[in-house]
Amino acid sequence: MSAITRDEVAHLARLSRLALADEELDHFAAQLDVIIGAVARVAEVAADDIPPSSHALPLTNVYRPDEARPGLTPEQALSGAPAVEDDRFRVPRILGEEA
Amino acid sequence: MPYDEALERFEPVLGLETHVELGTASKMFCGCPTAFGAAPNTQVCPVCLALPGSLPTANAAAIESTIRIGLALNCSIAEWCRFARKNYFYPDMPKNYQISQYDEPLCFDGYLDVEVDGKTVRIEIERVHLEEDTGKSTHMGGATGRIHGADYSIVDYNRAGIPLVEIVTKPIPGTDRLAPEVARAYATELREVMRALGVSDVRMEEGSMRCDVNVSLMPRGSSEWGTRTETKNVNSLRSVERAVRSEIERQAAILADGGRIIQETRHFHEDTGSTTSGRSKEEAQDYRYFPEPDLVPIAPDPAWVASLKAALPELPRVRRKRLQQEWGVSDLDMEAMHNADAIDLVEATVAAGAPPADARKWWMGELARRANEAGVPLSALQITPDQIARVCAMVAGGALNDKLARQVLEGVLNGEGSPDEVVSARGLQIVNDEGELSAIIDQVLADNADAAEKVRGGKIAAVGALVGGVMKASRGKADAGRARELILQKLGVSE
Repeated sequence: MSAITRDEVAHLARLSRLALADEELDHFAAQLDVIIGAVARVAEVAADDIPPSSHALPLTNVYRPDEARPGLTPEQALSGAPAVEDDRFRVPRILGEEA
Repeated sequence: MPYDEALERFEPVLGLETHVELGTASKMFCGCPTAFGAAPNTQVCPVCLALPGSLPTANAAAIESTIRIGLALNCSIAEWCRFARKNYFYPDMPKNYQISQYDEPLCFDGYLDVEVDGKTVRIEIERVHLEEDTGKSTHMGGATGRIHGADYSIVDYNRAGIPLVEIVTKPIPGTDRLAPEVARAYATELREVMRALGVSDVRMEEGSMRCDVNVSLMPRGSSEWGTRTETKNVNSLRSVERAVRSEIERQAAILADGGRIIQETRHFHEDTGSTTSGRSKEEAQDYRYFPEPDLVPIAPDPAWVASLKAALPELPRVRRKRLQQEWGVSDLDMEAMHNADAIDLVEATVAAGAPPADARKWWMGELARRANEAGVPLSALQITPDQIARVCAMVAGGALNDKLARQVLEGVLNGEGSPDEVVSARGLQIVNDEGELSAIIDQVLADNADAAEKVRGGKIAAVGALVGGVMKASRGKADAGRARELILQKLGVSE
């Protein structure tokens, strides 16, 4: 039984700005099913005495002092950018989003 | 629809979300500096540019500031909470997500009391959480520089990662026709709380404090709230008030026509004072929030939180109550001074030696009038509290009367120097020389024989015209009371 539908894959693809063809929706739905199935096996062993956890480390309150230190130069920062203008990253226009 | 008509038919419900950039030396999750106005992409590093392999570490000072804000807003502080990833596809964050907080805010369930129209309104606070600011996009090409019609965008990541606190109110019903004023009073009070705490410079024009204004309407007599809109990034206190008013008028017109309000983001325009539609609001689940795996949970030590609470400074409302008591002014006078941003100025003037009543009289009278004429805030006038106190002292000492004092203030505002310099340059001292005053009076009596005769004949009321003549001849510099005494004496009349 498929836990994830074609529509859900299409929705995720839209949020991720991925253009998927019709046949790819089926392909990825099946793959995502496998992943969800694997995660579901973890849920099977979670008992009431095991609290939900988001971290492997039993740590809290790890902070750095508020001290400024130099980072990259603009040249270094922009060196990997596909396009640059006025020392800024140049990106394609963004439609359907807020200004 | 006109505001009054809208309010006859509908009741507004408000909600405010305020973002405050903290004034830390470094960013939220990396050591990059945070100066405003630096050259593009000069305050960036692998962490805030999301280069592969980089990992965030939370800024201790930002955690502390957020807890202090929560305490000042009477919030509970979470004993344990986490950061969360807010995923979205937009180039203002190079990670493709923003580190924020979701269902576990650091502070929650507080309130802030504000004064409006002589009444106290309690604004309930839903949550105060910590996140990171985004980079700044500039849209290029197209006619308007706005995103629609732009050919491409260029992005500066200096701001990306600056600690940002979001303060969210619960829905605020019951403000009725004062909704715009309540919204403004809340934003004003919040800004003052931030200043008192010293956690942010809260400069709305530079974007270090930004308000999103939620408004919905329900028909009078209904108890079911309507659909709300969210007007984004309103960047002055006055605009907060105007945005609420404009949204009430716009929504009322649609509802009265049988239309429906769409839940959406709207943009406020300073020039027209109105809002226009932005994107439709994405459902929260589209952000696919999940706990941030790169940061460990925050678990503030209760003893430390208690010590932060004990060390909070005097908060603005408490300070106003104290000053009101010390100055002996009414609630409404105090509110007027607060709204005019005059309290600090009056306090400094009193500290420089002026009686509170005099300090208030000048700042809220002559100086407020001049600031209003010039279209600037009181604090922008080119005159200091020390100078006002000096003028007050000269009036109290009899060297100036109020009329001359106004001329001195005018001179100082014109850049003619200190009050003493203006007095001597313009020759504004009251005439204290009895001989000089006597000579002026003799001339006035000679020029106004009829009036002098009436006074001599017992019609003392006619002396007013003679005193007026003396004031005119002395160009306002005579002491009117002394002139009156001398005139009556010269005419051989006693009262």
